[in-house]
Amino acid sequence: MNAQLIIDASYLVAAFLFIYGLKRMSSPVTAASGIRVAGLGMLVAVLASFLYVFGVNDAAAPHLNVNVALGAAALALGFGWAWWSGKKVEMTAMPQMVALYNGMGGGAAAAIGAVELFRSSAQHETIPLVVTIIGSLIGAISLSGSLIAWAKLDGRVNGTWRFTGLQLMNGSVFFATLALGLYIAFVEHGHAPVAITAAFFALALVFGVLMTMPIGGADMPVVISLYNAFTGLAVGFEGFVLQNPALMIAGMVVGSAGTLLTLLMAKAMNRSVSNVIFSNFGATGDEGQGEIKGSMKPVDAGDAGINMRYASKVIIAPGYGLAVAQAQHKLFEFVKLIQDAGVEVKFAIHPVAGRMPGHMNVLLAEAGVPYDIIYDMEDINNEFKEADVAIVIGANDTVNPAARTNKSSPIYGMPILNVDQAKQVYVVKRGQGKGYSGVENELFFADNTNMVYGDAQKVMVAMIQAVKSLDGGH
Amino acid sequence: MLTGFVALYIFMLAAFTGYEIIGRVPSILHTPLMSGSNFVHGIVVVGALFALLNATSLVEQIIGFFGVLLGAGNAAGGYVVTERMLQMFKSSDKKKA
Repeated sequence: MNAQLIIDASYLVAAFLFIYGLKRMSSPVTAASGIRVAGLGMLVAVLASFLYVFGVNDAAAPHLNVNVALGAAALALGFGWAWWSGKKVEMTAMPQMVALYNGMGGGAAAAIGAVELFRSSAQHETIPLVVTIIGSLIGAISLSGSLIAWAKLDGRVNGTWRFTGLQLMNGSVFFATLALGLYIAFVEHGHAPVAITAAFFALALVFGVLMTMPIGGADMPVVISLYNAFTGLAVGFEGFVLQNPALMIAGMVVGSAGTLLTLLMAKAMNRSVSNVIFSNFGATGDEGQGEIKGSMKPVDAGDAGINMRYASKVIIAPGYGLAVAQAQHKLFEFVKLIQDAGVEVKFAIHPVAGRMPGHMNVLLAEAGVPYDIIYDMEDINNEFKEADVAIVIGANDTVNPAARTNKSSPIYGMPILNVDQAKQVYVVKRGQGKGYSGVENELFFADNTNMVYGDAQKVMVAMIQAVKSLDGGH
Repeated sequence: MLTGFVALYIFMLAAFTGYEIIGRVPSILHTPLMSGSNFVHGIVVVGALFALLNATSLVEQIIGFFGVLLGAGNAAGGYVVTERMLQMFKSSDKKKA
């Protein structure tokens, strides 16, 4: 049939464009064109899919007009809403937005599975049926889990959810879901009563919530990445059920890429993925922390700025607080100012700076900072001892020396930026509070550290003015 | 058709492809790439559309409708945010030129 041939050819083209696009996205030079290549693939695939109207089941033929209208409406609504929300979202809120879109994909995969399982006329073979159920389970977990991740990062749900027996309860819910799935597959052969199928999906959704609730905000990037891989797998599995190679390939590429990305992120935080999901990060909070000696020494922002103007090498360690204060533009203005005065400036990015690996790079790129003066932690960590000044802006846990020395600290073992090795350390900070993990930071009390209190944006403005007035004077 | 071993071959090769692509990525691109791969699985909208077009009952139509809605959101949202992020990456050489 001709329509089917066009569809198949379009999917082949789409699969190629996806892989080629992702490949281009893996280098900063070609990345922007990569997403457009992948976008073209999506367009081709979606347009070709409307040719399905020529090959629907006999049973569905009487409903075709309604179904097409529903499909067009759903496409328009989904595309329209997501396009609008994606355009207006702030760069700082990017991680939760990705989580939200990812959850929607998981939901779509689960919906495909649900349509299969609710279809009374369907003839199920065992293998596709089992794959349908597994795909539905993973997709549903990804949907509700991503929604919780979104809500947590967006500040709509606060705190973590822990009580004794939580793991036991999560385990029981998971096995109950699995048991229902097996029952549907092997006892009812896919024709279970509606209530049982609905209960299966409800339990899977509940499990996604339960699994995500105990995980703290600092670990959320790993979780989002994990759910990204989940959605990919679910899409791949449902693609197999629908005999659709484009879904199979795209889903599995994302499934494996997402799994690897999750492992890389977890490794950057020196934690295993199971540790992130099953352990209670930060739960041991204040216990056993040694007394911190010394005191925090405040310094004026202008003085700190002038000191950096006369340094020969400055390394900047930015954190999420920089972006929250929207100070990255002013920071870059200051950087250009002291670069013109001959100071060597480098940015040092901790793997989990921001809310997601690479998030800080995006935020700095937004301000126009060229990516060739931005360095990963492992590339720059040995240079701190040669730096005259290290300035920490809105970062805390990622520069806490306790991670190296204090075994009782919950962040013990996490690799950190060696800012404490610089001759002079400035810490720009709003107040005397603790970091995201709730751990006190002994760096702030060190002899070579001075604190610059204040809103990061105002601090940067004060530094710029101080340096400008200096150079304007002669 | 794509049953049995052919499906397994597709899955295996696709998994390897994904692994190879991500394995060499510099960490500055991790966020856009996560977002980009998130966009790619938005292809699920095509499957949801197929399911909806073949729906025979009201329940299937409702679920199918939400499937397409969610899938379209995944695809469009993933594209927009990835494109916005990647457009901002510039090197200092380009600027001097």
